Amino acid sequence: MSGRNLLVGPFNRVEGDLEIRLEVVDNKVVAAYANSPLYRGFEPMMLGKVPSDALTITPRICGICSISQSAAAAAALGDAAGSQPAPQGALVAALLHGIENLCDHLTHFNLFFAADFARPAYAERSWHPQALKRFTAMQGSAVRQAVEARAQLLHIVGLLGGKWPHTLAIQPGGVTRAPSARDRIRILSTLTAFRRYLEAELFGAPIEAFVELAGADAISTWSTGDAGLFMEIAADLELEKLGFGPGRYLSYGAYPLPEGRTFGPGVWENGELSPVTTEDIREDLSHAWMLGDENHPFKGQTIPDEDMKDPAYSWCKAPRLAGNAVETGAFARQVVDGHPAALDLAANGSSVLARVAGRLLEIARTQLLLEQWASAITPEAVFMESSSLPEHGQGEGLVEAARGALGHWIQIENGRIAGYQIIAPTTWNFSPRDRRGQPGPVEAALEGAVVGDDEETPLSVQHIVRSFDPCMVCTVH
Amino acid sequence: MNVLWLQSAGCGGCTMSLLCAEAPNVFDLLEGAGIEFLWHPALSEETGAAVRRLLEQVESSEVPLDVLCVEGSIVTGPRGTGRFHMLSGTGRSMLDWVRNLAQKAQHVVAVGTCAAYGGITSAGGNPASAIGVQYDGHHNGGALPADFRSRSGLPVINVAGCPTHPDWVTETLMLLASGSLSAADLDTLARPKFYAEHLVHHACPKNEFYEYKASATRLSEMGCMMENLGCVGTQAVGDCNIRGWNGEGSCTRAGYPCINCTAPEFEEPNHAFTETPKFAGIPVGLPSDMPKAWFMALASLSKAATPDRIARNAVSDRIKVPPKQKAGKT
Repeated sequence: MSGRNLLVGPFNRVEGDLEIRLEVVDNKVVAAYANSPLYRGFEPMMLGKVPSDALTITPRICGICSISQSAAAAAALGDAAGSQPAPQGALVAALLHGIENLCDHLTHFNLFFAADFARPAYAERSWHPQALKRFTAMQGSAVRQAVEARAQLLHIVGLLGGKWPHTLAIQPGGVTRAPSARDRIRILSTLTAFRRYLEAELFGAPIEAFVELAGADAISTWSTGDAGLFMEIAADLELEKLGFGPGRYLSYGAYPLPEGRTFGPGVWENGELSPVTTEDIREDLSHAWMLGDENHPFKGQTIPDEDMKDPAYSWCKAPRLAGNAVETGAFARQVVDGHPAALDLAANGSSVLARVAGRLLEIARTQLLLEQWASAITPEAVFMESSSLPEHGQGEGLVEAARGALGHWIQIENGRIAGYQIIAPTTWNFSPRDRRGQPGPVEAALEGAVVGDDEETPLSVQHIVRSFDPCMVCTVH
Repeated sequence: MNVLWLQSAGCGGCTMSLLCAEAPNVFDLLEGAGIEFLWHPALSEETGAAVRRLLEQVESSEVPLDVLCVEGSIVTGPRGTGRFHMLSGTGRSMLDWVRNLAQKAQHVVAVGTCAAYGGITSAGGNPASAIGVQYDGHHNGGALPADFRSRSGLPVINVAGCPTHPDWVTETLMLLASGSLSAADLDTLARPKFYAEHLVHHACPKNEFYEYKASATRLSEMGCMMENLGCVGTQAVGDCNIRGWNGEGSCTRAGYPCINCTAPEFEEPNHAFTETPKFAGIPVGLPSDMPKAWFMALASLSKAATPDRIARNAVSDRIKVPPKQKAGKT
């Protein structure tokens, strides 16, 4: 038996800073430790401020999911106020949020994830010349097309929200700008252009055909566009056998509209779907450089341990749902929503393939939703209702960011913020161990990964980590 | 010209914004100007050991460095150690890396307000003790001392903005690559003048409302947001409304007040972001280059003269009263 330890970092093509420590025995990872090495302190930063400042500050936690943070803050304030946004305001907020989520999936696939297949280590594979042409970092033709298509799609956010990221249009009562009939038609034309890109390059077919795929086989044998190229690579590298998560999926449900959440909420495990009970959330601090007790986020505090004492190894707290580690993200969301292909994939577990397939599925489904929502804009409607915050109260804001379940919990006393806690998707997925020794989802998924004799930065580990699409700046915040 | 990009304690949003560059896309644009990334944490292929080797080579001058771009503030906590942000895999703080690598660079560029002045990461009680690369808020002297000059002789160039506009970054880099950015092209806070000599107020579509002090009373109304909603576009530098964001956008065009995100200490305005502080009913923080008495006199005169069209549209979320058409000759 031969063993060695590896330290992987700087871990690039993930959002923010990540360091992974690996214990390797006989060319296999036997234990992995995920460290989020950056602490900024957004939660203590909020204390004492007027509640509405959360709408300006919290989006700046993250440059890639800023609309998600904005939507969560608006939802938490709305919950505290007991108010609902104007229905058409909620529709425009969903449109803004959907565009960000779609752009994030596109950025992940083309810029963050697929670049690894262009590496020289895969030079002997039959698909390598095509991967080189399409996916080479910064150079690949798919990379450049994706960046261009994404920039144009974000014109909709420019029009409705002023700019991206750090878009500040979403408020508890709705959105700050009422779109006109001209805006609506311009938005639809931008979406039509984006559909053309998706169908020509990413899917190589009508997006409806991808959305309608009903089983795991149908997804993994998809053969056209860059999605098809990925499936060919995935089959060759057996990505369906790599990187299994805990098999327990969390989604708060995406896009709250008056008729309900468009992608449904729930917790899914072994074929059983149950409601999300956020009262059962606790943040364990046993392996985080944080002082204080395990708490529900309404009671939680953020006090960094300046001595960074063992056995802690990360600034990330370890959220657990009824004591369990859960996986969240696009694949989890599609499983919870009950998409047949996602459910079929889930029967095999949440592999690297499943996570990427879940994202591709969601790109296609989100494009259809955006088209419906833009069509449903009613220019003469009200887009903002009044909403006034109480002097004392609390609120919970639950949304789905691209990377999964995002929650904000606010406490208001004497008209000021007395408590603000955030649990981001990657806080769930990249949490450290808890007091029972239960690893976080990515730590569990890395166990068993194969490491070559001469590998310092194992490719299998990179595929697994990036398949989660971690956002480390959100993780600790 | 090569660029080493480091992401320090920020949100990564300035890189995300950079990817919004258009006509041509950011990769075609930089390539066309002869600019290449030695390494960029979000965009490059190399991970882990390969990156550590590259950083060591730059630090030992084995690989010459033209531009060091730093995105995000530099955290000095806890207790001055910088250990709130260790550059992963290296066992060293980002504070330490930036201080060392800056000595090797021909130019140092602080990308975004966090890197320039500390920015949002230093808000509230500044829990991580965040500062900028060469400034701490308004104070000259950050992770690098006030008298630091890169090998080119320039101070750290502050491409401030939260996020920064993609063109502000690409144009700064292209000006450096063509040798046409000198100390005289930077303002007193080391921001490139090509965007910092404009005000957000310039080309703001609410200017007619501003002329008459016809004010919005709450978000979503079309009127000027200076009097009630905290907008400081008349004092904030940036060509946001001239060049536009993400196509034709800007904060004020989308009905959101300018919060002066290109300035030091914008993160602590000493009032709620979307409320204008007033003294005896008069907004404090009037345009900085105008005598207050003149402003007050003009404001009361123009308020009194506000046409009905402008007064009614100001408190509506869309145009209720269109401009009158001059009758044609019969």
